[in-house]
Amino acid sequence: MLADKDRIFTNLYGWESPNLAAAKKRGDWDGTKKLIAKGREWIIDEVKKSGLRGRGGAGFPTGLKWSFMPKEGDRPQYLVINADESEPGTCKDRDILRHDPHKLVEGALLASFAMGAKASYIYIRGEFYNEAVAMQKAIDEAYEAGLIGKNACKTGWDFDLYVHRGAGAYICGEESALLNSLEGKKGMPRNKPPFPAMAGLYSCPTTVNNVETIASVGEILRRGGDWFSSFGNERNHGTKLFCISGHVNRPCNVEEELGIPLRELIEKHAGGVRGGWDNLLAVIPGGSSTPMLPKSICDTVEMDFDSLREVQSGLGTAGVIVMDKSTDIVQAITRLSQFYSHESCGQCTPCREGTGWLWEQMKRMTRGEALIEDIDVMLDVCSEIEGNTICALGEAAVWPVQGLVRHFRSEIERRIVEYRKTLVA
Amino acid sequence: MPKLTIDDMEVTVEAGTSLLQAAEQLGIEVPRFCYHDRLSVAGNCRMCLMEVEGAPKLAASCTAPCGEDMKVHTKSEKVKTAQKGVMEMMLINHPLDCPICDQGGECDLQDQSVAYGFDRSRFLDNKRSVKNKDLGPLVKTTMTRCIHCTRCVRFGEEVAGIEELGVLNRGEHLEIGTYVEQMITSELSGNLVDVCPVGALTSKPYAFKARPWELTKTETIDVMDAVGSNIRVDSRGNEVLRVLPRLHEDVNEEWISDKTRHACDGLKMGRLDKPYLKNSKGKLKPVSWNDAFEAISAKIKVTDGSKIAAVVGDLCDCESIMALKDVMHLLGSPHLECRSDGSKFNPYIPSGYNFNTSIAGVEDADLIILIGTNPRLEAAMLNARIYKNWRDNKVKVAVIGSHIDVNYPYVHLGTGSETLQDLIAGKHDFDETLKNAKKPMLILGTGATMRNDGLAVHALACEFAEHYNMIQDDWNGFNLLHMSASRMGALALGFTPKLENGGHDLDGIVKASSKGNLDILYVMGADDLPFDKLGDDTFVIYQGHHGDKGAAHADVVLPSVAYTEKNATYINTEGRVQIARKATFPVGDAKEDWTILRSLSAYLGRPLPYDNLLELRERMVQENDLFNHVDEVIAQPWNKVIASDISVNKVPFKLPMADFYQTNVICRASGTMQECTDAFFSANIKKRRVNG
Repeated sequence: MLADKDRIFTNLYGWESPNLAAAKKRGDWDGTKKLIAKGREWIIDEVKKSGLRGRGGAGFPTGLKWSFMPKEGDRPQYLVINADESEPGTCKDRDILRHDPHKLVEGALLASFAMGAKASYIYIRGEFYNEAVAMQKAIDEAYEAGLIGKNACKTGWDFDLYVHRGAGAYICGEESALLNSLEGKKGMPRNKPPFPAMAGLYSCPTTVNNVETIASVGEILRRGGDWFSSFGNERNHGTKLFCISGHVNRPCNVEEELGIPLRELIEKHAGGVRGGWDNLLAVIPGGSSTPMLPKSICDTVEMDFDSLREVQSGLGTAGVIVMDKSTDIVQAITRLSQFYSHESCGQCTPCREGTGWLWEQMKRMTRGEALIEDIDVMLDVCSEIEGNTICALGEAAVWPVQGLVRHFRSEIERRIVEYRKTLVA
Repeated sequence: MPKLTIDDMEVTVEAGTSLLQAAEQLGIEVPRFCYHDRLSVAGNCRMCLMEVEGAPKLAASCTAPCGEDMKVHTKSEKVKTAQKGVMEMMLINHPLDCPICDQGGECDLQDQSVAYGFDRSRFLDNKRSVKNKDLGPLVKTTMTRCIHCTRCVRFGEEVAGIEELGVLNRGEHLEIGTYVEQMITSELSGNLVDVCPVGALTSKPYAFKARPWELTKTETIDVMDAVGSNIRVDSRGNEVLRVLPRLHEDVNEEWISDKTRHACDGLKMGRLDKPYLKNSKGKLKPVSWNDAFEAISAKIKVTDGSKIAAVVGDLCDCESIMALKDVMHLLGSPHLECRSDGSKFNPYIPSGYNFNTSIAGVEDADLIILIGTNPRLEAAMLNARIYKNWRDNKVKVAVIGSHIDVNYPYVHLGTGSETLQDLIAGKHDFDETLKNAKKPMLILGTGATMRNDGLAVHALACEFAEHYNMIQDDWNGFNLLHMSASRMGALALGFTPKLENGGHDLDGIVKASSKGNLDILYVMGADDLPFDKLGDDTFVIYQGHHGDKGAAHADVVLPSVAYTEKNATYINTEGRVQIARKATFPVGDAKEDWTILRSLSAYLGRPLPYDNLLELRERMVQENDLFNHVDEVIAQPWNKVIASDISVNKVPFKLPMADFYQTNVICRASGTMQECTDAFFSANIKKRRVNG
C-alpha cells in the first residue's frame, strides 16, 4: 500500500482547506521559482524520466507529448487543461479541482513554462459549477500572491491562467472537440492530422493535458523524476488516483501505486465487494468505455496500462466500476450504449448511426428478442464503427459491448433461448 | 514533393496534397460524400477510407496529407470491409424511397451503394425521420434523406456567403437547418441542390418533372446576365425542364445563379409563335410570314435610311446583331443602338467598355471599388468571386453610390461622381489606401453610366483608374460591368451610333421619333425602351420571342427564338466569345433571328451575302477578329475614354436593378421567378421570414 508520505494529492478528501495558505503548508508552491530557474529542458527531461503517462485515459507519455511543441516560433502557444471529466465512473479530477486546486495552478505554470505557453485554459465541465468557483478562487489567490500573472513567482515569465466552463457535452472531453468548444464553435472533434501540437487552439501549437497529469507535475519536479518512477511496474510508473464505485462497501477515490492488484485495491480501500469477493460478477476497470473483466481475470489482474491491455481492456481513467452477482449485466451495458448514443456528436457516419443502432440491438438483447446470429451482427456493427471514426468515441461506444460479448456471451444466448421458449408457449 | 505508392503505382505530388487527390491523379476512383473539390474538407462521411501501411487505423483520405514513401492501398480487404460498413451505416436511417425521390438516377448514395455496399439490410429497428424545412421557393427539402455530409452548410459559408444553414443537435438527432425557420436568402441557393449528394435538397420547381435518363443534355451558355455562365440545358421533347451549371474555371466555376437556373419555365409562357401585323383598327392580328415581310418591305422601300433606326435588346446573339447591322447598313441607317437601357458610356473604345481584369482576375485584386453597381444582383457569379477573394484574402472593398446588400464588408466612400473628383484631387481619406494598393480595380456599373452625364462619368472613371495606378503592364483594373448578355457582342460588332453620319443614340432616337423625324424603328428583343415617348408616326417592328412590352407597342411582330433554341455566339462582359447550342426547337412559326433578317433582305431585293451559319460567322470574323478566339480573353490595349463635356452633376448614382428576379422577358414570363419576387422582394417578406 502506498505510504502517506508518497502521496501527491494530500488533500484529496477535503479534510483541509483548499486555500493558498493551507496549500503552501502541504508543500505546494515550494521552490517553484527554483524549478523554473532550472530551465525548460530540465523540466521536460525530468517529466520524461518520471515515466508519467497521461492520466486522461490514453496514457500517452507526457514528457514526450510536451517535447512535440515547437521550441520557437512566432505564433503563441497554449496549454489547455482538460477538466471536462464526464466519463461515467470517474470522479478524480473533480476532487482535485475542489480540494487541491493549487496543485493544478502550480502545475499549469510549470508545464506552460516548459513548453513556452504564455497562457493556459482550464476547460471545466459545465456541471462542475462549484468546482469552477473553487478553481477560480485559487487562481485569484495565485494572481494576488504574484505566483502567476506578470512575472510569475518573480521568474520573469508572464503567465495567465483562465477558467472556461463547458456546457455539458461528453464529447467536449475529446481534445480537439474541446478546442473547438473553447473557440466558441460546436464541440465536434477535428480530423487529425494536424495534431494540436501543430495546429490546436486558434490554429496555434497547443498541448492538451488532463487535470491529474498537470497537477502531479509540481510534486514530481520537487521530488525528482526518479522518485516518481520508483513506483509501479515497467513503463507504468508513478501513483494514480483510482475511483472505485459500484457494489463495494465503501466507494472512494484513492491514490495508489500503478500496478496494484485489482483485488487488493478493492479490498483494502473500498472495503471489499458487497457480499464478499466471491459475490463479484465483473469489473469495468477504467471508466465506462473500457471493456469489462469477469471475476476470473479480476482475481489476478494488476491495475496499470499495459497489464490491462493484455487482458483486452484498458486502464482508461482508472474509474473502477464493480458489479456483483445481483447485476443485470446486459442491462448495465445497454445503459452504457444509451449513454454513448446520446453523447455521440453526430459528425461522422459510423458513430452517428452506429451508436444508435448498437443501443437498439442491446435493448433487444436485454429482453432476448433476437436470434443467436444477431449477436454476430452486433459484433459486426461494432467492428464497422471501431477505427473508422474521427475521434475515439467510436471505440468507446463499442468496447463495452465487445467486452460483454467476449465474457458473457452465454448469458445473452440464455436470454434469447428463454425468450424464444415464451414464444412457443 | 512527396513521392508515394498508391495501389502499387508511384506518384509524386505537391506537398499538402491529400491522399484522395493523389489517388485521383492516378485515376483511382475514390468513393466519397462529404468531400467536394471547391469546399473545405470535413472528413465526416468516412467513405474515402484508405489503408496506409504502418498506420494503426484506416485514414480518411480526404483529410490525410500525402507523406514521403507512404504505401497506400485503396482496394484492400480491410478498406473494402470498412467502406461496406460505412455504406451500411449511411443506409440504416436513410429512407429507401428512391422510386419517389427526385435524386434517383443521379444520386451518389444510390451509385455508391451499388458499388460498395451490401445487397440487403440487417437493420431491424425503426428508421429515424426528420421534419422538413421550408427553405423558400427554390429548394425543396426531404430532411429524412439527409446523410449529414454538411456540404450545404459549407457551400453557404464558403461560396454563397450566407451563414444561414447549420448543423443542429447531436448524435442521431443531428439535423441540417436554419434554427429559426427562414428562407435561404441567397441568389446562389439553387446550387445547394447540386452539392447535396442525396435527395435531401432537391429543386422545388423541377419536383417530380422528369428522370435524368429521360433528358437530352445540351451544353450551352446562359444569357440572364453578362457573365455568360456555362450551363447544361436538360430538355425532354421540346420542353426545357431544368438548367444546370457546367464547369468553367474562369467564368462560373461550377455554380450558377438562381435566375440562370430557374427562369427556364419562362420559356414556355407568353411566347410569340406567329407573325402579327397591326390592322387598320390598330389591332395586332396574326398573319403569315409573307404578309409580314411584304408589309415591312413596302414601308422600308418608301423610307429614307436616315429615318430608320434599330435597337438591340438584352438577349440577342451576335449572329442576329451582325445580320441586323448589315441590313441597316444596306438601308443606309446610321442610328444603331445597343445600349437599350439608356446608358451613355463610350461604346467605341474596347478597353473602356470591357471588364478588363477578367472574372477570374478579380481573385488577384487587393482593392475593389464598386461604382454605381451591386454586383450581387447584376452579376451574381462575379460577386461570388469578390466574396471568395474577401474570404481568402480579406480584400478591401469600397463602394461609391448607394448602399448595397452584399455578403462582404465594404467601406462607403460617397454617393456620386464628386467622390471620384475628391479622390483624384487627394481630398478624401481613402486616398492613402488607394495609393498603397498593389492591384486595385474598379467596377463601373450601369448605375453610374445610365444618366445624362454618363459619358463624363465614364471618362472620369478612366482618369481615376489611371490616377490610382490601376493600369499597369500586366494588370488592368478598369472594368465596366454590363448587365445584358448581348451588350458586349453588339459593341464588338460595332452596333453603335454612326456618329460620322449623324447617328443618334437611344435618347436621340426617341427624341427624333417624338418629333416625327423617325419613320421606322426596328426593335430586336428590346423591351425596356421608353415606348410611350415614341411618336405615333414611327412604324415599330418588333422581333423577339416573348410577348412583352415591345410586342405590345409594335406595328409588326416577328417571332424569333429564345436562347435555348438556337446555335449562337455570345460575348460575356470580359470579352470572352462563347458558343451556345440549340437544345430545343422554335415554338410555332418562330424562326431564328438571323434567318428572319436574311429573309427580309431578300424581300428588300438585296439579299445578305450569307446563307448559313458558317458564312455568317465568317462575316463576323471580318467585322471583329475577336470571333476567331473562342473562349479566350484577349487583353485590350489601354485607351483612355475622353469626354468633350466633362461636367458631371451631383446626383447620387442610382442602382439600375431593383428586382433580381424580373430583369428580362424570360424571367418576367417565369412563374418561378414571380414566386421568388413575391418571397424575397415584396412586402410580405417579413411575414415569410419569421414563419415558425
